[in-house]
Amino acid sequence: MTLANGLPVLILLSSLLPGLVIFLLREDSHRLRTWLNLAGAVIKLILVGVLIWGVFHEQVFETRWMLAPGLDLVLHADALSVLFVTLSTVLWLVTTVYAIGYLEGTPHRSRFFGFFSLCVTATVGLALAGNLFTFVVFYELLTLATYPLVAHKGTPEAVRGARIYLAYTLSGGVILLVGAVWLRTIAGPLEFVQGGILGDIEGLDPWALRWIFAFLIIGLGVKAALVPLHGWLPQAMVAPAPVSALLHAVAVVKAGAFGIVRVVYDVFGVEFLATLNMLPLLGAAAAVTIIYGSVRALSQDHLKKRLAYSTVSQVSYIALGTAIVGPLATIGGVVHLVHQGVMKITLFFAAGNYAENLGIHKVSEMNGVGRRMPGTTAAFTIGALGMIGIPPVAGFVSKWYLGVGAVEAGQAAWVLPVLIGSSLLNAAYFLPILYRAWFRPAPAEWPHEHPRSGRWEMPGALLWPPVITASLALLIGLFAAAPYSPLEWAQLIASREYRS
Amino acid sequence: MTDLLVWPILLPLLASLLALVFPRRGDWIGGMASLAVLISAAWLVHSVWDNGVIAVALGGWQPGLGIALRADGLSSVLLLMVAIVALTIGIYATRYFDNAVVRARFWPLWLLLLAALNALLLSGDVFNLYVTLELVGLTAVALGALGGSRDAIVAALRYLTIGLLGSMAFLAGVVVLYAAYGTLDMVALASVVEDRPATWVALMLMTLGLLVKSALFPMHFWLPPAHANAPAPVSAALSALVVKVAFYLVLRLWLDVFTVALHPATAWMLGLLGAVAVLWGSYRALRAPRLKLLAAYSTVAQLGYLFLFLPLLAGLPDGPAREAAFGAVVLFALTHGFAKSALFLGAGVIQQRAGHDRIEELGGTARALPVTTFVLALSGIALIGLPPSGTFLAKWQLLAAAVETGQWVWIPVVAVGSLLAGAYVFRVLGHAFAPGDRDGSALAAGREELPALALALVATVVLGLAAGGLWGFLDFAAMSPGGAR
Repeated sequence: MTLANGLPVLILLSSLLPGLVIFLLREDSHRLRTWLNLAGAVIKLILVGVLIWGVFHEQVFETRWMLAPGLDLVLHADALSVLFVTLSTVLWLVTTVYAIGYLEGTPHRSRFFGFFSLCVTATVGLALAGNLFTFVVFYELLTLATYPLVAHKGTPEAVRGARIYLAYTLSGGVILLVGAVWLRTIAGPLEFVQGGILGDIEGLDPWALRWIFAFLIIGLGVKAALVPLHGWLPQAMVAPAPVSALLHAVAVVKAGAFGIVRVVYDVFGVEFLATLNMLPLLGAAAAVTIIYGSVRALSQDHLKKRLAYSTVSQVSYIALGTAIVGPLATIGGVVHLVHQGVMKITLFFAAGNYAENLGIHKVSEMNGVGRRMPGTTAAFTIGALGMIGIPPVAGFVSKWYLGVGAVEAGQAAWVLPVLIGSSLLNAAYFLPILYRAWFRPAPAEWPHEHPRSGRWEMPGALLWPPVITASLALLIGLFAAAPYSPLEWAQLIASREYRS
Repeated sequence: MTDLLVWPILLPLLASLLALVFPRRGDWIGGMASLAVLISAAWLVHSVWDNGVIAVALGGWQPGLGIALRADGLSSVLLLMVAIVALTIGIYATRYFDNAVVRARFWPLWLLLLAALNALLLSGDVFNLYVTLELVGLTAVALGALGGSRDAIVAALRYLTIGLLGSMAFLAGVVVLYAAYGTLDMVALASVVEDRPATWVALMLMTLGLLVKSALFPMHFWLPPAHANAPAPVSAALSALVVKVAFYLVLRLWLDVFTVALHPATAWMLGLLGAVAVLWGSYRALRAPRLKLLAAYSTVAQLGYLFLFLPLLAGLPDGPAREAAFGAVVLFALTHGFAKSALFLGAGVIQQRAGHDRIEELGGTARALPVTTFVLALSGIALIGLPPSGTFLAKWQLLAAAVETGQWVWIPVVAVGSLLAGAYVFRVLGHAFAPGDRDGSALAAGREELPALALALVATVVLGLAAGGLWGFLDFAAMSPGGAR
């Protein structure tokens, strides 16, 4: 009883408390900081394991705390939150290891890891938010926790990138706030319920609801990088590699996409939204974003920028899935929340390794890098193939369900061209990289080579994270039908959404 | 039990005299007195929580003749805020004033200001409100001039003149009231007051005086120079407490005593001025070259938000929504009190360590003064209105009330104001995080940094997460007419 109620809080505390302690640590207490980071991440993983088991067996986890009349902070675990919590917890552990290796010997590590932990706390809070108010609270906290991470290097470019990031996300936050307050005032407490709640409330003005939906989607679309609200994302890649990895795979971009999923399925209800005729607009925004992001990625020579535009494109598959009414498309969109995260984090880890080890920042400098750094490049290859949608990597599963879902819903006419066009574009910007890396001869000298030490191509803390996440991307694609796989979990979510 | 009402006034008054007689013992006397005031305020809140309104007529005279003191939810919770802020400012001041002569002048004035603030909050009749308001104004001017620089004195004199005009207007209103109703006791007035021209004239004069004192646009011009040029602990008190009690009087008069005369048109007028204050104050804060000037303009903007609540409260029917909005305006005022005093104390630390507070040249502050930078960030979060600060909850309720009453026009004002606040807060933080030539040992928190940190944490964490009981404590339903008095 007490454990069941307290579990979501414990999951938050498992990263919040280490984070707060880390802020107070001296810069040179390296071992204690590492220990705290890893202990927090492992404890969180264990707690999330308990949570998964409980939610699967329909146990209710809920904590409630009144902040003001009618405004309750609610932490609640349902199938969708478990999916996102698990994703962020697993990837947090991996990214922590990577970040410890990546930042070794650099200044301000206590500050960095403090905010890093706060960032994960906010993400997990978002995942566990039980109503729209709580979601907004953590959505804003996430903005605050990531700003110092983006600005971490303190260079003029970093400060400028962080400022742009902040301008976008704070504006989005205000728009989201207005939409949320408006909806809360006309429709009562907005507890997330699968299937949505607004369809059951009598006497709501449909035009007000349309406006509110637009406000919410614009507010969330800033973080989810929907075109034309995506401008901050390529700028924010000035952040250190582990931050970019987290930003693109779990924290910020995914928070926006997760919010869209929540609003569509658990506030409005996808079937009710269809009666409001708002889904085609969302679908169009997603489709434009998918194509535009891919086209822009083509012309980027800077590797992290190319990956950033690729994120713009890929995350909108999630929004695309929500815009199509039908269980299969829902499965495709929801499962892509996980699949994109695992694949994109691999790509960013690898990009960080190239920069760290050889000073490679540009695609044009990657000739022959496969032979010099085979482990990293193999991981990068798996991630890139998954992004294109080549089986058996996880990305194929998402695209398959999206495509079949569109056919099932009778919307194949516009969805399939988008999917095919985007896959071709993905191939057009990823395959040349792979070709360069594996088949072109290496240059006589790398831009900025790090002296080699140890038996591997890189220190283990930097090499293993991409290898692990790449294997994960392969495994969840290969064993998509296994119990407890992300796909199965997405099917569970879809079955509960369309139960009526 | 009625003694409870006397202590918060008497203690600082006596301590002020003591500090005058024993100038060298100022730190000790002031610290002890502030602590005692805090204890008495906490006790008062506790007993109002248990028993409801407490009232006493000093000297046993019937109300209308003697000095009536009265504490309800609204006044006691503000009293507690004043006591906490005053204690932390006092601790900070023991470090801030390194000049013994200035310090000897500071303590008697400061304790007198504290007594006047508490007396104002506890006054039960309108004439005493005038007396205490005047006393607050005069001590505030004297404290503002303590720095002794030419700018400080010019600003203080301007503050004095404008403050006197404000008090005059207030006094004239009091006179009209007495002529019309023959009593100045607020409880008695509330039951006899009618919606007729004499009331309007009185209310208009008093409100005009209070608008000057609370620096509502366009009567705000005196505030930025006065607050920015005063010594940091004084600026903190001026911005967090002195203008706040003037706004307390606006709330008290409009929503408690003269509710019958609260016309939507008047409330809208004040709301519009508040809206302009939000936008103009935030814009000027964004352009401010110095940190303390930024903080001062931010006060102009934040007071504007408080006035935005008036048309909403006037437009909402009695019920949960109105109570929610009333609690929100009080929460807003409390949060701003803590956040702004923290910001001024933080600015004072930077000014003393770096020798200036020019925002463009703050580079390296994050490294040299991490705790103070953290204070700036925390108080900034409360000024923008982001979670988990109390302001976030208050803004949520503000927007909700705007939707509820259909007064959509305030929504873009709040949205733009928040974004401007975000811009000016992060402008400071951006410069503070930039590399600079100054360096320091990490986490060397001085005694002057910890008070500011405590205040900022109250604003951003305590009031955001643990203020749920405030609405019940204020008991707005009982305060407005028709409820139990």
